[in-house]
Amino acid sequence: MKKIRVLIAKPGLDGHDRGAKVIAQALRDAGMEVIYTGIRQTPEQIAKAAVEEDVDVVGLSCLSGAHNELFPRVVECLKELGAGDIPVIGGGIIPHEDHAYLKEKGVKAIFGPGSLTADVVKVIEELVREEGKDV
Amino acid sequence: MEKEEKKVVLDSGIEVKTVYGPDDLAGFNYHEKLGEPGQYPYTRGIQPNMYRGKLWTMRQYAGFGTAKETNARFHYLLQQGQTGLSVAFDLPTQIGYDSDHELARGEVGKVGVAVDSLLDMEELFSGIPLDKVSTSMTINAPAAVLLAMYIALAKKQGVDPKNLNGTIQNDILKEYVARGTYIFPPEPSMRIITDIFAFCKKEVPKWNTISISGYHIREAGSTAVQELAFTIANGIAYVEAAIQAGLSVDEFAPRLSFFFNAHLNFFEEIAKFRAARRIWAKIMKERFGAQNPKSLLLRFHTQTAGCTLTAQQPKVNLIRVAYQALMAVLGGTQSLHTNSYDEALCLPTDEAALLALRTQQVIAYEIGVTDTVDPLGGSYYVESLTDAIEEKVWEYLKKIEEMGGAVEAVKNGFMRREIEKSSYEYQRAIEKGEKTVIGVNRFVIEEEPPKDLLKVNPEIEKVQLEKLKKLRANRDNERVAKALKRLREVAESKDNIVYPILEAVEAYATLGEICGVLREVFGEYRQE
Repeated sequence: MKKIRVLIAKPGLDGHDRGAKVIAQALRDAGMEVIYTGIRQTPEQIAKAAVEEDVDVVGLSCLSGAHNELFPRVVECLKELGAGDIPVIGGGIIPHEDHAYLKEKGVKAIFGPGSLTADVVKVIEELVREEGKDV
Repeated sequence: MEKEEKKVVLDSGIEVKTVYGPDDLAGFNYHEKLGEPGQYPYTRGIQPNMYRGKLWTMRQYAGFGTAKETNARFHYLLQQGQTGLSVAFDLPTQIGYDSDHELARGEVGKVGVAVDSLLDMEELFSGIPLDKVSTSMTINAPAAVLLAMYIALAKKQGVDPKNLNGTIQNDILKEYVARGTYIFPPEPSMRIITDIFAFCKKEVPKWNTISISGYHIREAGSTAVQELAFTIANGIAYVEAAIQAGLSVDEFAPRLSFFFNAHLNFFEEIAKFRAARRIWAKIMKERFGAQNPKSLLLRFHTQTAGCTLTAQQPKVNLIRVAYQALMAVLGGTQSLHTNSYDEALCLPTDEAALLALRTQQVIAYEIGVTDTVDPLGGSYYVESLTDAIEEKVWEYLKKIEEMGGAVEAVKNGFMRREIEKSSYEYQRAIEKGEKTVIGVNRFVIEEEPPKDLLKVNPEIEKVQLEKLKKLRANRDNERVAKALKRLREVAESKDNIVYPILEAVEAYATLGEICGVLREVFGEYRQE
């Protein structure tokens, strides 16, 4: 069985990557292949990496409050590269009132502070199943 | 029969006994281990009378949106009895980009105030006489630029820079391992830092030239011991760099300051602060031969641990923060920021910021913990723990030394890997239920999504862009070009870089223009 491949990315200028790294490690422990981009990536760079690495899911992390600008932009960039089928999820300090907007813009799931990594694993597995990908 | 006990091991790996007694302190030499407060090795505090003489500075980190909005928050906090200012800058400012840079999109004014030029600085401190406050600025890679703006503003206010009080964070090494707002590679960054030391000695002698910060290392997931060890290792690297640059230790060491985290384990944190003073004093005396007693003092700011705040049942954070603030005070802090209860959700509202400040005031004025110096000194447990932490810190310092020092331990990824390991273990302990987080993995309740959160005005980016456009059209652009040319020449030479930065700032060159020149000369650091 092919392993699920995930790109964990930090869009924007935010340097808080504790969460991103913990998620990356937890996904690896759950048997996934994880590529972590490091901090300060533009949405364009993230989309390009997602395509080049042929990932099944993109996970974004942002704690600076720039999520409403950056997350939808990643979704758009993926579409521009013809990879709109790669589901995008996100986490960080994201006020509840922004969840609806982000979902409307195509972000599939949002994980706030206190989320358990086990729940992130579950959602990724479901998303991949929904996509009907052969993994 | 007594119930069997579970083993208690702190995150730092120190095992805690059921009870401590005189045997644990057998052979304890008071003067060697503690000394009187205000005396070597300063374990009990840096002043003989500590808070009976002067309370810590209540310094709440604040900043968001435009300079005007942040100025209003400053005035509000000062009116409520805050005793020092602490500026939070937005990420573009911290990474040396103007608000109109393409990488600034979405980030302008978000985690702090946007400062592009002296013009913003003038608005930020409007109505605040700079000789009457002390100001801390959380700024690292572009620290020289913001310091220069502050000095330029003081001059405009008619204040002699020699009377300015405050701190720039200016600690680049922890940016590479924990916080992420680096710009240049380590070597030129260290040169800028030592240039700042030399400049300040002459021009702003009361300024704290650096705040060597463990806070963010801890926030990134380190243990208490790692926080202390890596911070002190970084401190050693700065001292060595300054000596290499030709400064004598007593010329700059009295202006070094530190910044630590107050996390959750009450006694471990207090012991950490006490051990920090003792270790630093020993290093400065024995290793660097400092003669001036002021060079031996580890003066520090504390912030309560942001990473311990929960988005669930956020008012519980008020209680966490109160205990954390108490740890800092019992540990002998010189200044303190208490987090607001809503910070796992957003930037603090006025109400939350006020409660955070009031928490400090309750500790300072109501509960008597300031009545006597180091009230926990001599406690079997606290002294044992202070010793245990010190020992573990020395082990790390030795390891880092063998690697070639902190700059090497940063470059080869050692510090980062150690922190990552600890942070992952911490998260796993929460998920396995070995660690309790109220509201997250125990005592969970159904909650409505929180309302009335602070929202940064989305128009801020536009406002800032307009302002920049106007500035670039109205200033003396010839003077700016000349100043930037001069800056480039000095950057390429070995001369002190802060002087031409000050000239450029006074000509209303923008932060992005100044850092742009330096980016061209020094290159940019990229994390592997």
